[in-house]
Amino acid sequence: MSSVRAKPRLAVWKFASCDGCQLSLLDCEGELLALASAIEIAYFPEAMRAAVRGRYDLSLVEGSITTADDAERIRAVRRRSRRLVTIGACATSGGIQALRNFADAKEYAAHVYARPEYVRTLATSTPIAAHVPVDFELRGCPVSKGQLLEVIAAFLAGRRPVIPAHSVCIECKARGNPCVMVAHGVPCLGPVTHAGCGALCPSFRRGCYGCFGPTESPNASSLSQRLRGLGVDERALRRVYGTFNVNAEAFRAASGRTVPEGQSRGG
Amino acid sequence: MAVEVIRVERLARVEGEGAFRVVLRHGKVESAELHIFEPPRFFEALLRGRSWLEAPDITARICGICPVAYQMSAVHAMESACGAAVEGPLRALRRLLYCGEWIESHALHVYMLHAPDFLGYGGAIEMAQHHGEAVRRGLALKKVGNDILRVIGGREVHPVNVRVGGFYRLPRPQELAPLRERLEWARGAALETVRWVAGFEFPEFERDYTFLALRHPAEYPLNEGRIVSSRGLDIPVAQFEDHIEETHLERSTALHARLRGAGAYLVGPLARYSLNFDRLTPLAREAARSAGLGSTCRNPYRSIIVRAIEILYACEEALAIIATYREPAASFVPVEPRAAVGASATEAPRGLLFHRYAIDSEGTITEARIVPPTSQNQASIEEDLTACVAAGLGPHALAREALRARCEQTVRNYDPCISCSTHFLELEIERN
Repeated sequence: MSSVRAKPRLAVWKFASCDGCQLSLLDCEGELLALASAIEIAYFPEAMRAAVRGRYDLSLVEGSITTADDAERIRAVRRRSRRLVTIGACATSGGIQALRNFADAKEYAAHVYARPEYVRTLATSTPIAAHVPVDFELRGCPVSKGQLLEVIAAFLAGRRPVIPAHSVCIECKARGNPCVMVAHGVPCLGPVTHAGCGALCPSFRRGCYGCFGPTESPNASSLSQRLRGLGVDERALRRVYGTFNVNAEAFRAASGRTVPEGQSRGG
Repeated sequence: MAVEVIRVERLARVEGEGAFRVVLRHGKVESAELHIFEPPRFFEALLRGRSWLEAPDITARICGICPVAYQMSAVHAMESACGAAVEGPLRALRRLLYCGEWIESHALHVYMLHAPDFLGYGGAIEMAQHHGEAVRRGLALKKVGNDILRVIGGREVHPVNVRVGGFYRLPRPQELAPLRERLEWARGAALETVRWVAGFEFPEFERDYTFLALRHPAEYPLNEGRIVSSRGLDIPVAQFEDHIEETHLERSTALHARLRGAGAYLVGPLARYSLNFDRLTPLAREAARSAGLGSTCRNPYRSIIVRAIEILYACEEALAIIATYREPAASFVPVEPRAAVGASATEAPRGLLFHRYAIDSEGTITEARIVPPTSQNQASIEEDLTACVAAGLGPHALAREALRARCEQTVRNYDPCISCSTHFLELEIERN
């Protein structure tokens, strides 16, 4: 008989973010203890003090890169991780804090802090994939708990996660929701937004606000035409595409923002 | 030994990134500084030019643990700017949603982040090996809080249903009904929690804090009230900024707040409880007395009991709201934007959360100011650390490792949310 194989090691890392995506793991109240018996949670400072040194089989990374130190730290994380999966809008696109990429970051710092010279930050907020190779990107602001468990299970089993890449519209149809745009004239980003939330906002009678980012091949210009027809002006269009995934290419372009000269968009 | 350095690279079981450093000279504490280096995300800057209707969804992203607090402070501030009031069942539903967040956030802190300090474990998963029943109870309790968030808000983190004026969609009474049975279980589990944590060992440690919290004429405070302190301050929310000053120190990307004339002050469960004991339900008051608490609690380590009492209160309040809920005719009251300034403070699980916005006649935000609870508590955390280390060096000196652990526990008393205040706690004690 072979000896008992060591449990696969999981690590959870945080960069610039709200903690909400890693909290989703602790929100798996029914599955958490079972998960902890199947894997070794080797590094998860939000939940535990112990930090197992060495290499990790799977690293979950939350947050975006906004400081020079973090740009270094993510390289070290990559070196120690067999598989690296980014979780959430900050890690996969740069998050709401990427609005600085299209503004004057120094002015932002001076606006919030009396002594901006104390604040060491980069002019941009960029996704993890702009810095290191990423094995899988899980979308959402926040990620869906069910999808997070699927990603962990899949990587531990050595298969690709089953995460549909279609639009929120498909999820709306599956739920039998009437279309909020057709039925009530409510502006909705569902046609161009990546599925995963289960069409949550339309189920609550509001338009999708794109927190899962763009779907695979979004036709944003066509949707924008439709939104204009519903009375959404250019300024509002700039806002609706310019939220939690403003730095994702399709949404950035649809929001009318351009990448400042000399700045790589990063992912 | 001339110089002694005790160092912890990262304080775990807090939300965010920071460090602290205590310097001892000739056996006395010279300074205790909390360092916060959570990368700033500049919300107050990026909110300028956004629509007033976006404020609740955007500011929710400041904190994944207490998004409802941000949503509530935002909508109340906007309604205050526009002269609107949300009353009746819509007001009650907001309160119910906030109860869900209190239960979820407090259960997370009590069971998963704080209890391991008292029982000597690195975390809840390790603690579950010997205290399985307790950890399972904590997780189930947390789930009940999250169930409320999901039914009313759509999801646990960054709920989607809160809007200026009310909600996008009302829950049907039959959607709330299943919560009743779960909350009745949770009320019993909360009582069990109070008994469990009351049996922990607490350091003999008290400080004469200046407590600051909301106070409402009839309710334990969540969404509304006047701002009061244990030193006689009693002001409307809009005057908050006249009484506090925020300074920016090099060691922290969170601004330090002080109360004019009083210095460091404390917000959060201890302050809320001590200023509003008479507003708790009879059962919660009785549970507090059985747990050995008076109507004021100045021992920060006992905040774990106060959080358990607040879980109990939130379960009872949620049950009362559900029992009397009648679905109103509309899911929100119409609110029209006008050029104005509006402020609001609500009680986040970690304490008073202040928002102020200036908007123009179309509802575009021209200025935003947000003062989160952990930022207000920084000065108080540093004073606790000074006192904790001083006590730890006294006649009953703690061993080096125990003192370091005690320092960590002292910071965790605050359930600090460093993502909110801007984050890893790194502990370094220098003995010169």
